[in-house]
Amino acid sequence: MDSTSSSTVGMKEVKEEERPHVLVVDDSLIDRKIMEKLFTNSACKVTTAESGQKALELLGQGDNKHTNINNHQGPKINLVVTDYCMPGMTGYDLLKKVKESSDISEIPVIVVSSENVPTRIEKCLEEGAQEFILKPLKQSDVKKLRCHMQFTRALKGRLCLGR
Amino acid sequence: MAAVIQLQRQFIDYTTSLYKEGYLDDQFTQLQKLQDESNPDFVVEVVSLFFEDSEKLLNNLATALQQKTVDYKQVDSHVHQFKGSSSSIGAQRVTNVCVHFRNFCEEKNLDGCLRCLQQAKHEYILVRNKLEALFRLEQQILQAGGSIPMME
Repeated sequence: MDSTSSSTVGMKEVKEEERPHVLVVDDSLIDRKIMEKLFTNSACKVTTAESGQKALELLGQGDNKHTNINNHQGPKINLVVTDYCMPGMTGYDLLKKVKESSDISEIPVIVVSSENVPTRIEKCLEEGAQEFILKPLKQSDVKKLRCHMQFTRALKGRLCLGR
Repeated sequence: MAAVIQLQRQFIDYTTSLYKEGYLDDQFTQLQKLQDESNPDFVVEVVSLFFEDSEKLLNNLATALQQKTVDYKQVDSHVHQFKGSSSSIGAQRVTNVCVHFRNFCEEKNLDGCLRCLQQAKHEYILVRNKLEALFRLEQQILQAGGSIPMME
């Protein structure tokens, strides 16, 4: 058994190709590292981006098509998790661009923030964010998010019942 | 064998005191829970990033507050980053100072900011020393053939 290409979730083994692919966007290296571990521990494949601009490129929205990992041949991004406060393009700006795009608008976007600002939360949810979560994230937050990922992968249109 | 048990006891007592005295909070425990065989140095790696980041931020803050005309937006931006990173690793006392620091930035209170900078530096050095001591204890336990006790 090749242990590097699969990871265990409880008793079930999840193969590399079946793992949900999460794009983590945060300007903080520390937070990128932590979120990456949180998601890989939940049997997800993770790609990180340090800015909204870089994230858009990885989603195939930038000028450089070579960095597009979201094309039809390659692995698809199943979830975007973005920090709200980032220099340049904020998480909200990124959210807007994703939701207004012609080809990636269906990808669920989670906005995370260290600040609990009701107007900010409302704004993001109104713009189509799946959820708004306060930082720092815990393993339990990520476990709850897995239902969003599986939901979009295979069960479009069905209600997410959560756990 | 007795050496391992004694070291483990020391580790438990030391860790408990760090939480009790508010140096660390639950977020640090969360980081420890994330560590596994595939990434056995995860906590040390993240904390090392925090040390590097903090030292840069403290220098930037000192410089920013020494300017003839202080740019409080810039100062606040550094404090916001410091607040974020300290909160991410569970360095609670540092985070708490940052909260006050941001209030002084909003008020454009130079005196308050300078005091907070000193406090932030002080708390950072304290938690850095304590974490380094904790990591040394961990190494001693491992070298003596023992395993690190899991803290709940």
